[in-house]
Amino acid sequence: MTHPENAAEFLKDSQKSKWHDETLWFVRDKRDKVSKGIPEWEQLRELASGIKDNVLANLANYLEEFERNTTKNGIIVHWAADSEEHNRLVLEILQQQNCTAVVKSKSILTEECHLNPYLEKHGVEVVDTDLGERIVQFLNQPPSHIVLPAIHLKKGEISELFHEKLHTEKGNEDPAYLTQAARVHLREKFFAAKVAITGVNFGIAETGEFVVCTNEGNADMGVHLAQVHIACMGIEKILPRRKDLGVFLRLLARSATGQPITNYNSHFRSPSTGKEIHIILVDNGRTAQLAREKFRNSLKCIRCGACMNTCPIYRRSGGFSYNSTVPGPIGSILSPGLDLKKHSSLPFASTLCGSCTDVCPVKINIHEQLYEWRQEVTKTQGEFAKGLSMKLANGIFKSPLAYKISGSLMRNAVKSLPNSLIYHPLNTWGKNRNLPDPPKESFQQWYRKNRS
Amino acid sequence: MKTNSPSVALFIPCYVDQFYPQVGIATLELLEKLGCQVTYPSGQTCCGQPLANAGYARDTVGTARHFIETFNDYDYVVCPSGSCTLHVKEHFPTIAGLEKEQEALEHKIYELIEFITDVLKIEKLEGKFPHRVGFHSSCHGQRGLHLSSGSELNQPPYNKARKLLENLAGLEWVELSRTDECCGFGGTFAVTEEALSIQMGKDRLADHLEHKTEILTGGDMSCIMHLQGIATRSKQELKFLHLAEILNQALS
Ligand code: SF4
Repeated sequence: MTHPENAAEFLKDSQKSKWHDETLWFVRDKRDKVSKGIPEWEQLRELASGIKDNVLANLANYLEEFERNTTKNGIIVHWAADSEEHNRLVLEILQQQNCTAVVKSKSILTEECHLNPYLEKHGVEVVDTDLGERIVQFLNQPPSHIVLPAIHLKKGEISELFHEKLHTEKGNEDPAYLTQAARVHLREKFFAAKVAITGVNFGIAETGEFVVCTNEGNADMGVHLAQVHIACMGIEKILPRRKDLGVFLRLLARSATGQPITNYNSHFRSPSTGKEIHIILVDNGRTAQLAREKFRNSLKCIRCGACMNTCPIYRRSGGFSYNSTVPGPIGSILSPGLDLKKHSSLPFASTLCGSCTDVCPVKINIHEQLYEWRQEVTKTQGEFAKGLSMKLANGIFKSPLAYKISGSLMRNAVKSLPNSLIYHPLNTWGKNRNLPDPPKESFQQWYRKNRS
Repeated sequence: MKTNSPSVALFIPCYVDQFYPQVGIATLELLEKLGCQVTYPSGQTCCGQPLANAGYARDTVGTARHFIETFNDYDYVVCPSGSCTLHVKEHFPTIAGLEKEQEALEHKIYELIEFITDVLKIEKLEGKFPHRVGFHSSCHGQRGLHLSSGSELNQPPYNKARKLLENLAGLEWVELSRTDECCGFGGTFAVTEEALSIQMGKDRLADHLEHKTEILTGGDMSCIMHLQGIATRSKQELKFLHLAEILNQALS
């Protein structure tokens, strides 16, 4: 289904979509307030953007430096060209450890690689340990947001789900009670897992350490109890120096949830005696994106989710409407790079209002890239563009609103505009909107009569 | 009228020309009252934005060339639309052989309000307009042309339109809950994402109604056409005027 179809479906439940909009707006508003408490906020964004530009311009060097230093620290480094290789590598490590149950925390990358179904197919139980992730895992759903994976669900729905899965009291919607129940349930899983998988927020080239940012502390819990830690890291997550972290940690938490700092910023540097740390460095389309000049800087993303919270489309259409692992504005400029045909409607799921660009802590020009992707989609006539040009040709052209879109008007720059376009009451514009009453003369006609 | 004042060419966006001639007239009269020598170059068409935003920027070369040629001989080009102004400034395809003219155009085209505040350097207008006015901030005007500060950015608050409006005797400025959320027009978005577009428009209108807006105004008639379309369909008691109309009325 295309984005407009999914969005229309989401909007049918008007109460819930209103609630969704207001909940995310609340997060955006919190972010606004806390960011305004930092006088140098805009300079921080500029600095973060500059650091990331430097990383992208010298990515190969930084990655090699990172590999050298992590190896020196006793970490085992693997490289994965795509999601299949990534998943295979994870499975191999698990098999070496005779491990059939893993715990996982904070990894959108493993979502992107569809690791869970792959491991399950090979007889491994995967437990997502972060509360929101666990909730959607129970429901067999993907996350609908990269920071707030279960934001599409209301308290009542979670209470019902926990009643079914964890035998909590029916009808008890108290968040503290429900969280406690999840904790108890997860504790068992933590104790049983020999291997823990985490994502990586930042890999530091200079020191060979990496940082995982979590609010619930599950990355630490999993890793410290397990024998082996597998860290899955997109190759763009590199920072040159440890001191760069100061810039990014300040921006990340504030942009993501409006907190002044993430609860746990956990640094991992070398394995404890007798234990192992593996890092899998994953490309999966990133170098291809790096090669696309206009879209390169989308790789600066630190996955804070702020562009989703601010997006008037995302808030009113929900994460699933995008049909891609990373939804929202950033997803709409990343996903077409992975599969242009499948995601051809996403660059159009925007009014180009630009709020995402202004909210982004690393200053990605998201709305300009949406515009650029539109130009690409229409060149290859993605599924959506075909529909779009049909619409342009049929419905819209006939309405007076859209006469200005007429191709001949554009191309030939005709001297006078057609006056006699017919208003179809059933066209898309007119479904829920009136057209202005046509005036008796155009401005041009008035001017000719009165001023020349 | 002042002598040797700079020559100002009016660029009236095509949908304003066709549907809202009164906005074109108000723009012209307002600029004249402010002492400008204004011409409306005949033969102007459209800036090409709708096609470009739909992903067919490559088909707008002819339009852009025609535009640059039409407006080449004037000191300033003034347009009562932030969106169209931004398109000319930032999204015209590069036109071979007219690079110099194009660059000059990018620097001499202004949205009406910024022309008044930044070029004519008018700080306040004396006039009266005794109404409760709700301002719709168009995204391209705000985030594109920086006509007002954005709620996303950490910057001192300012709003060029507000500065002019607030000085009018009797005008009450309406404070909204969401000062700069998009109305959902978005050009082709209005039809390709119809359901979302309508919902966004309804939400904007609700904010205005809740805060007792009497007249909803803004610098982009496209947003207003969309909002007005929804409001009239649902029989809401709101009036809609372009900023140019308010200022022109207030000054008469
Ligand atoms: S694009 Fe920017 S705002 Fe969006 S998730 Fe990435 S870093 Fe955050």
